[in-house]
Amino acid sequence: MIRRSIGRSRLLPYLLVLPGWLPYALFVLVPLAATVGFSFTRWNGVSSPRWVGVENYLSLLGQPVLRDGLSHALLLVVFFSFLPITIGLLLASVLSTARLRGVALFQTALFLPQVIASVVVAMVWRWIYSPGGPLTVILRDAGLEALAHGWLGDFDLALPAVGLVGTWVSTGLTLLLFLAGIARIPSELYDAARVDGASAVREFFSITLPLLRPEIAVALVLTMIRSLRTFDLVYNMTQGGPGTATVVPAYEIYRRAFLTGDVGMAAALAVGLTAFILVISLITLRLVER
Amino acid sequence: MILGRRRAMTNYALLSFFSFIAIAPVVSITLLALRDPAISGTSLTLTGGLHPENLVRAWVAAGFEHSMRSSVIVAISVVVASSVLSVIAGYAFGLVRFGGSSVLYYALLLGLMLPQEATIIPLFYGLNAIALTDTYWALILPQVAQSIPFGVFWMRAFFRSVPTELIDAARIDGAGTWAILWRVLAPIARPAITSMVLLFFVWAWNDFLLALVLVSDEQLRTAPVGLTFFRGRYNTEWTLLAAGSLIVALPVVVIYLFMQRHFIRGVLEGALK
Repeated sequence: MIRRSIGRSRLLPYLLVLPGWLPYALFVLVPLAATVGFSFTRWNGVSSPRWVGVENYLSLLGQPVLRDGLSHALLLVVFFSFLPITIGLLLASVLSTARLRGVALFQTALFLPQVIASVVVAMVWRWIYSPGGPLTVILRDAGLEALAHGWLGDFDLALPAVGLVGTWVSTGLTLLLFLAGIARIPSELYDAARVDGASAVREFFSITLPLLRPEIAVALVLTMIRSLRTFDLVYNMTQGGPGTATVVPAYEIYRRAFLTGDVGMAAALAVGLTAFILVISLITLRLVER
Repeated sequence: MILGRRRAMTNYALLSFFSFIAIAPVVSITLLALRDPAISGTSLTLTGGLHPENLVRAWVAAGFEHSMRSSVIVAISVVVASSVLSVIAGYAFGLVRFGGSSVLYYALLLGLMLPQEATIIPLFYGLNAIALTDTYWALILPQVAQSIPFGVFWMRAFFRSVPTELIDAARIDGAGTWAILWRVLAPIARPAITSMVLLFFVWAWNDFLLALVLVSDEQLRTAPVGLTFFRGRYNTEWTLLAAGSLIVALPVVVIYLFMQRHFIRGVLEGALK
């Protein structure tokens, strides 16, 4: 066994692992446990915390603002996850049989939104959505006067507006994931299907979709986690407003823990959000990878 | 196989369309940042020519002198520490067998899925209690801790892919565990390490929540948080805000444009492994 033969000293592997493990334990695992601990207390962040058992969890769903937050987060999943994956799949299927030249250039462009700081992304889209900004100009020119106002100040449009930013950020990522996956599929499969006279639709459902399963699983997990923990965009674009139209769980956690001194509830919410993300990720990976 | 010309045209048209959507907002904000400072409001008019000096005005007005320095200090510390620790731990997890290794490894993997919200509350109150908030440590240590799961995962996968003959040969030549890592494996690990370093840098530079919560001292604030406060003061001065945004985004975008192949590979393969 090569693997065994490498470490002659019994202590050495632990010495190699420890320097990385220690900060992880101290600054991730310990705080994680502490969040769970906080969630059973009522605490304003200053005086000493009072143990209240599961009370915070019981009242979690009783609060309208939290119920709204959850439904907002689920709507964001549509924009951050389902839309980019659908668009990515459709595009990838159109491109699937093509061995395109110059893809690197497109790749660079499509991937660009991934590397831009979320604060900057928020600023760019605040400008695009602003009253009199580029979007209103385009809509007015297109004769859609009714929609040509500041979207972020509109109770009905603010949340979809934040969601579309997520679509913008994630579509390039899903498309590139799927294109990389398709490049892996042997082109003989497509050739054979074509010889058999399979339609493009048939080709998509019997070759592309099943063989892209790992990529789809990964894209789902990445984008769903991203949508459920949306904070930066909301903080920098709407602060949860107008009213509570764009309140999402991560923003509510921040607000309660650091602005309104409701640390216990914030912690319970954080535990709930974390559990939700872990469960969804694990289920998705299971379902799609099998 | 030969592609119909019409089909090829459609493919290029589609790719161009989506590429355009991806870059149009970025290009517009760049132009907005450079427009004639005499123009106000939201319209993107370039009749007054380009004015790079707007960047200087934004730099001064937003106090980027301090926040960019903080960002550089924090990002470099995080990248160096996380990379070294990840390579060493990934090596042990990938090639050395030891008791408890899978428990230790899976505990690390948990960190790949945890949202920052799971830890931010105790991080603030805990670091505050030991007077570490409002120091660079408050930004560096949690970020290193949050980077390590991916780094270990990534480097372990790389070390496992190395042909065992290579390690056997080195061992026969009398190389020890340490020498194998630095003299045999590190050189061939360069592409993997480069991708990881780039990802770490982008995450560290763009991080928002930790910097927002754990630091309130203006001198220590990082550039993204500095930009948020800048927006608070210059709410509708779009030229300045666009220029500030450009300054914050630029370091990462420039590095991305030069190293995009490594970077994209890191994200795509990192996601799939």
